[in-house]
Amino acid sequence: MAKGMMYADAIATAIIEEMQRDPNVVFYGQNMAMTERDPMLKKFGKERVRIAPISETAEIGIGIGAAMTGLRPIVELWMSEFMLVAFDQVINEAPRLRYMSGGQVSVPLVLKAGYGFCAGWAGQHSNVIYHTMMGIPGLKVVVPSTPADAKGLMAAAIRDDSPVVYLHPYMLTLDKGEVPDGEYVVPIGVADIKRAGTDVTIVAIGWMVKKALAAAERLAKEGISAEVVDPRTLAPLDVATIVNSAKKTGRVVLVDQAPRHSSAAAVIAGEIAEHAVGCVNALRMVTALDAPIPYSEPLENYVVPNEDKIVEAVKAVMAHEAVAA
Amino acid sequence: MPQKTAKRSALRRVKTDSNRLRWMYTQMVRIREFEEAVKRVFIEHPGVIRGHSHLGDGAEASIVGALSTRRDTDFVMPSYRCHGYPIVLGTPLRNMMAEVFGRRDGLCHGFGGSMHLADPSRYFPGTSGIIGQSIAHATGAALTAQVKKSGQIVYCFFGDGASKQGAFFESLNMAAVWKLPIVYVLENNQYQAYTHFSLEDANAVAGDPLSKKAEAFSIPGATVDGTDPEAVRKVVAKAADRARAGHGPSLVETKFYRLSAHGNVITVPPLPTQFPEHEAVAVYGNRKEFEHWKTKDPIKRFRARLLKNRVLTEASAKRIEAAARAEVEDAVQFALASPLPAPEEALQYVYA
Repeated sequence: MAKGMMYADAIATAIIEEMQRDPNVVFYGQNMAMTERDPMLKKFGKERVRIAPISETAEIGIGIGAAMTGLRPIVELWMSEFMLVAFDQVINEAPRLRYMSGGQVSVPLVLKAGYGFCAGWAGQHSNVIYHTMMGIPGLKVVVPSTPADAKGLMAAAIRDDSPVVYLHPYMLTLDKGEVPDGEYVVPIGVADIKRAGTDVTIVAIGWMVKKALAAAERLAKEGISAEVVDPRTLAPLDVATIVNSAKKTGRVVLVDQAPRHSSAAAVIAGEIAEHAVGCVNALRMVTALDAPIPYSEPLENYVVPNEDKIVEAVKAVMAHEAVAA
Repeated sequence: MPQKTAKRSALRRVKTDSNRLRWMYTQMVRIREFEEAVKRVFIEHPGVIRGHSHLGDGAEASIVGALSTRRDTDFVMPSYRCHGYPIVLGTPLRNMMAEVFGRRDGLCHGFGGSMHLADPSRYFPGTSGIIGQSIAHATGAALTAQVKKSGQIVYCFFGDGASKQGAFFESLNMAAVWKLPIVYVLENNQYQAYTHFSLEDANAVAGDPLSKKAEAFSIPGATVDGTDPEAVRKVVAKAADRARAGHGPSLVETKFYRLSAHGNVITVPPLPTQFPEHEAVAVYGNRKEFEHWKTKDPIKRFRARLLKNRVLTEASAKRIEAAARAEVEDAVQFALASPLPAPEEALQYVYA
């Protein structure tokens, strides 16, 4: 167990270990491996570690074609919004080709991108767009919230035979945590209860897990026991774990860095409405406000969810009686 | 070399050439018969073929000429106008036709249809229905060949319309930077869907061949008469040799004329659909152009040449044509008899 491993290093560790394990894994992207001093390049050589031009359509499309014919490419896209210039490849190619071929081919591809960079990057580099991908059958979407999950889900993504969009919250890049040594695979499609509780279920994603855990800590001091559920995978979504927790506590707060109507929270609210009807008395969504992400700090802070907003929402749902289980 | 040996080796070469020319003619005829049958099915069995089908009649010399240089394990990555290529690879016509009909015995069990044939067992991994996007996928197959040092090359086919997509420019740039083993065959059939290429291509507007685009990537570019399979073969062979030698991609424009309309008429059920007249006539009112290019029908021209060169006799040509017709008719009957998939099969194959 590596104590205090940084989130970014956990991702890199998984990539290195998987590349050592499987010679078919290749890794490329813009502005990487630019000199011979690059440690990945040194370790794996220029056939498997490559620098790409600023050509997202070709980078992703080439990844798809390579995946169809026997490689396991990881494409470093840096920021999730850069995928938008190549969205045909992400949405209409990678997840469809296996299906259209009647299961004859598979596309074991990892699209790695950071998202939600709330540090003054303004309107085009700070957004959360996972809702556009989590409803695409054939495409898997993972959003690790801890260094351990970052490692385990990257390993799982590389080994998966379906295309996986691996989204890491930029705001967690420097966070440290315990990371298991050696082979460590977190199964895709399995949510994780990051904190057990009995009064209220907080479902949070990515960077918001950290904020939800901090809020839960504060609430505990006030005698409110919050359970924090981290879906970890948005597609396919572990509906059962979320619904079971909701049924248990009877109160739900959904925390999502995305705007309300393009949030994973809205989808989860629908699942809870259908599957926990009669068991949940109160539900609140804490999402980004309906604005692009602004540049100036006070504006940015105002739009994005924070600990206070979560605490406030939990108190609001606590005003409702839980339904007797 | 002693005279006798030289004579014998020349004779052997003539024999090999003749066999190849007969093989080429046979494949061209098989493609034409298949496409003609698809067209007939729209009339004889309305409703059996759904959606949009795109035919390759007119492209036979380009397809067969290019693929006559292929080795057994080379990848073939065409666009959604994809019937011709697997025919040359030896994919059973029965399963191809059944796929066009959406039947369970189809190549893709009815999940893909006319636009999305795939036969990875014969190095044809599949197609994209979105114009130009599969150029990137083909380039990825070339990356696989390069990383695995498999000695394979990729034949990437796409239309003149696709050469205006970003995927084209981005892919050719990356293939040139990485020296990927791929031959880009730009099949200029003169119409991007319904629009004549002179209205949408900068090279065409300037009076240049479309292969001029190769200059932007500092790779070889050539334009060849795409109605002549031997001419195509010669040019593509050079590009394939370059790819095999590790020197990177080439762009070959094969110029010919699509003999059918872009696709069957787009209708909303229950209105029946079939193939309309060619755009030259239906959209531009230019019957003269259409009739002119019909005289350049690659199959008619190749047949006449092979008869003249005595590679074929009238009788042997007819035998080839009758065999192709019978094979395609058998495929139609097989496909008609094949069961439709069960509805609940729809949830298969979503995830690997």
